[in-house]
Amino acid sequence: MPEKFDVIVVGAGPAGAACANVCAKNGLKVLLIERGEYPGSKNVMGGILYRKQTEDIVPEFWKEAPIERPVVEQRFWFLEKESMMSMGYKGKEWAQEPFNNFTVLRAQFDQWFAKKAVEQGALLINETVVLECIQENGKVIGVRTDRPDGDIYADVVVLADGVNSLLAKSLGFHKEFKPDQVALCAMEVLNMPKGKINDRFGLEGNEGCSVEIFGDATQGQLGTAFMYTNKDSINIGVGTTLSGMIRSKVKPYELLEYVKNHPMIRPYIHDGEPAEYLAHLIPEGGYYAIPKLTGNGVVVIGDAAQLVNAIHREGSNMAMASGKMAAEAIIQAKANNDFSEKGLDSYRTSIFDSFIGKDLKKYKDLTHTFESHPQYLNEYIPLMNRAASQFFTIDGTPKREKQAKIMQSFTAGRGKFGVAQDLYRAWKVMK
Amino acid sequence: MAKTIEEKQYLVRYKADKKSHLTILNHEVCATKCEELLCTRFCPGDVYKWEGDRMFVGYEGCHECGSCRIGCPNDNIKWEYPKGGHGIVFRLA
Ligand SMILES: Cc1cc2nc3c(=O)[nH]c(=O)nc-3n(C[C@H](O)[C@H](O)[C@H](O)COP(=O)(O)OP(=O)(O)OC[C@H]3O[C@@H](n4cnc5c(N)ncnc54)[C@H](O)[C@@H]3O)c2cc1C
Ligand code: SF4
Ligand code: SF4
Repeated sequence: MPEKFDVIVVGAGPAGAACANVCAKNGLKVLLIERGEYPGSKNVMGGILYRKQTEDIVPEFWKEAPIERPVVEQRFWFLEKESMMSMGYKGKEWAQEPFNNFTVLRAQFDQWFAKKAVEQGALLINETVVLECIQENGKVIGVRTDRPDGDIYADVVVLADGVNSLLAKSLGFHKEFKPDQVALCAMEVLNMPKGKINDRFGLEGNEGCSVEIFGDATQGQLGTAFMYTNKDSINIGVGTTLSGMIRSKVKPYELLEYVKNHPMIRPYIHDGEPAEYLAHLIPEGGYYAIPKLTGNGVVVIGDAAQLVNAIHREGSNMAMASGKMAAEAIIQAKANNDFSEKGLDSYRTSIFDSFIGKDLKKYKDLTHTFESHPQYLNEYIPLMNRAASQFFTIDGTPKREKQAKIMQSFTAGRGKFGVAQDLYRAWKVMK
Repeated sequence: MAKTIEEKQYLVRYKADKKSHLTILNHEVCATKCEELLCTRFCPGDVYKWEGDRMFVGYEGCHECGSCRIGCPNDNIKWEYPKGGHGIVFRLA
């Protein structure tokens, strides 16, 4: 009789490692399976790790986790070809405990985070692909791996296999995602001496800065670019919906070069030494794309469940939070000895009652609205830039006249009614 | 700065399997139904190259992002994960 576990978690990203951690801490026998050479070797993110959801799994993690810098300044840039509008917030309070968020390098962070699950008693095996869920009488009872004699059994299988969740799809929990439900991102890590980073970004010591970049960075497609400071490197990346990438006819790495060479961005990163090039998808389908979350003997968490808030670049935190909620439901199911869909249903309700379900619901129409109304990116950001340029240029025109001209330029293209409509629509999808 | 895709791909570590994890199901479909040969455009690893009448798949440089599976308008790519421990190995972000 092969070995049987209480829980098998597929995928040792933030979702899987969080779930394995909480299950193991509560005395369950947990197997965590990762296809990469080590946890994190397949994983990519811009690099902003939120404190709260990580702390819920490992209290005061910043004292030992391999974090790069605490973020003290968040900037937002609205780019035109040769100009930008910027806003942001910098606060020294973010440089102190308990901090707001951090920059991290995933290959290092994920290894550490999975190790914390192992310390709680979970068994981690790397270099193993789960090929399918083994089912019996409509219930998932284990997994088939690509190892010889690779069948392993458990009461519950947790699918934490990320955006390419072939497993959830094969169980019929969702259809293949569509090109407008995923964002394709390309990014680079550029090595740079710490002092130079601090000078360029106006930082002291180990303080970090994040820059979210809208507008010309994506050449009119729906998406964003970013720059995040690590200890002695910078992560720079750009992504658009896959449908946008297809439409724009630009290759992802060409778009990345475009961003790196943009006159507003280049001064921050030029002469950085390329250290790694990465590409990955982000599931950005939002509320409507959330698949079935629970079945008999199975739950889906993290990116595999499309739990990403594209507006606030939240993904790893939702992955961890969903992993924890799944663990709590599994612990309950174990107590009741009921691993049926109904027995695990509290996971589903927790998700929709939590910030995850509520935030995704709030923004449920946002991506679609921006994708079908490109004027927000293509017209308003350039207009904002020109308006700012006019307003700040002192050329002897009285300010009142300037303002009138600026207002005219806003309504000239789309008409007063068009602008009002656009504003109302934007307000409605964000409210 | 690593400008070209070749330079970028040199920055990445791969542990390629002998067997491809990506399969073009029907080259005829690419030739006749996909004028823009989409996967040759959006693949971030430049894995796909059209050579004469077939699609050449340089699977060794695949980032395993999944875009070609989702983006191929003709469902013409069989997409699997490389064998455990194989494929791309990220060290950083
Ligand atoms: C460019 C980019 C920037 C981002 N920026 C941010 C950010 O700044 N902040 C943030 O919070 N989020 C960000 N995200 C989102 C974040 O990366 C994800 O939401 C998060 O990684 C999801 O965690 P996960 O554990 O669900 O999935 P993943 O991290 O993708 O982990 C899935 C794991 O499962 C393994 N796996 C998959 N299939 C199998 C199988 N069959 N057998 C065995 N193992 C398997 C994989 O190897 C992987 O380790 C970004 C994403 C990208 C791509
Ligand atoms: S996108 Fe699909 S159909 Fe088009 S060339 Fe590539 S594999 Fe062929
Ligand atoms: S998975 Fe991504 S990197 Fe690999 S071949 Fe497909 S598009 Fe290219």
